[in-house]
Amino acid sequence: MHDPRCALAAETIHVWRGERHVLRGVSFAVEPGQLLHVFGPNGAGKTTLLRVVCGLLRPEQGRILWAARPIQTVQAEYQAAMAYASHEAALKADLTALENLRYAVGLKRRVQDGELRTALERTGVGACADLPARVLSAGQRRRVALARVLAVRARLWLLDEPFANLDTKGTELMGGLLEQHIAAGGSALVVAHHALQLGCAIGRLGLSS
Amino acid sequence: MSVGVFRAMALILRRELRLSFRRPDQLLQPLVFFLIVTTLFPLALSPLLSLLRDMAPGVLWVAALLSSLLSIESLFKADADDGTLEQLALSGQPLEAIVIAKTLAHWLLSGAALVAISPLVATALAIPAAAFGTMLASLALGTLTLSWLGAIGAGLTVGLRRGSVLLSLIVLPLAMPLLIFGASATDRAIGGENPAGAMLFLAALCLFTCSLAPLAASAALRITLE
Repeated sequence: MHDPRCALAAETIHVWRGERHVLRGVSFAVEPGQLLHVFGPNGAGKTTLLRVVCGLLRPEQGRILWAARPIQTVQAEYQAAMAYASHEAALKADLTALENLRYAVGLKRRVQDGELRTALERTGVGACADLPARVLSAGQRRRVALARVLAVRARLWLLDEPFANLDTKGTELMGGLLEQHIAAGGSALVVAHHALQLGCAIGRLGLSS
Repeated sequence: MSVGVFRAMALILRRELRLSFRRPDQLLQPLVFFLIVTTLFPLALSPLLSLLRDMAPGVLWVAALLSSLLSIESLFKADADDGTLEQLALSGQPLEAIVIAKTLAHWLLSGAALVAISPLVATALAIPAAAFGTMLASLALGTLTLSWLGAIGAGLTVGLRRGSVLLSLIVLPLAMPLLIFGASATDRAIGGENPAGAMLFLAALCLFTCSLAPLAASAALRITLE
């Protein structure tokens, strides 16, 4: 289960946004089967950290390692192994939920519609599969985005406020999916401003503004 | 199973086409613009056939250029606004391939469609049927080059709130050689001369942009995503 090829690590990440020193030497490590909860007040740089970990944002100093190698050198391998859910659901309003998944997941792995429908059902939006994303509520869109993360079958989940807009049942569902993912040897980095209550060990990383 | 780059490009192409056909108003806008501009000229100037024939290449090309500019702004903007651009960039596929697929989709929907309706416009502007072959070929090369140039501009301005003015300022100077050689090729064909020289220049410009524009546009997008 402890596969060193799937370990994520950050080494003294420094990020400036203009004159502001947002991340000041952040370091952490996430092994397979571990969950890291990133918390802190608004504006502390939680989303910025997640974008750095994704590889969207290059830090001024420090580096992100995947399997002990900088992510820029193993980009294709790293991107295939991770799934990122930003605070936007990243859905095309004119496409149905199923089509959105087909095009998003299809770029990462070959996938059949049946499997995508199953993922939508697992997140409780199976009935919305053939509705255009435009008519879905914020919570439903969030669930579709979550179904995308599930269907990608990534080893590393990078989730930005995954509990936002979710109702009580949705929050329980999200927690359950995270527990299953961790128990199956996956790893996750979860940005959430509130405390996480899950049935698995949670590493914590606090950021301050 | 991992997804090959060509399969990914086909997937993105299909996605773009499907999205466009869900929004027919946006699909028709550049074509209607092209038709309106080209029909306004005879009305405003003079319906004299000899005059129309003289200015037809210029009118045709200016209208094609502006129509292409009109639709290129949304090439990356819509995806950037709803967060799908980030997902595309993190999809494990090279950003260059994604840019190529999106630009080709843009050309099919604006450029190729414009080429298809150009005989109609050409007839209205009294271009002789003998010059249609050259006109169609030059417009096809020209609109494809415009899509590539536009992709660079769209990539550079995608992060800006009002990028359309800047986009025009970036793309129009680059498109000048295109306008000159494209109009001259059509003009020569109408006059019964050999258009080969201008056509070769157009083909060279097309090859040049399609080899370098994907690199430039994806570099611009990477900066925007930061």
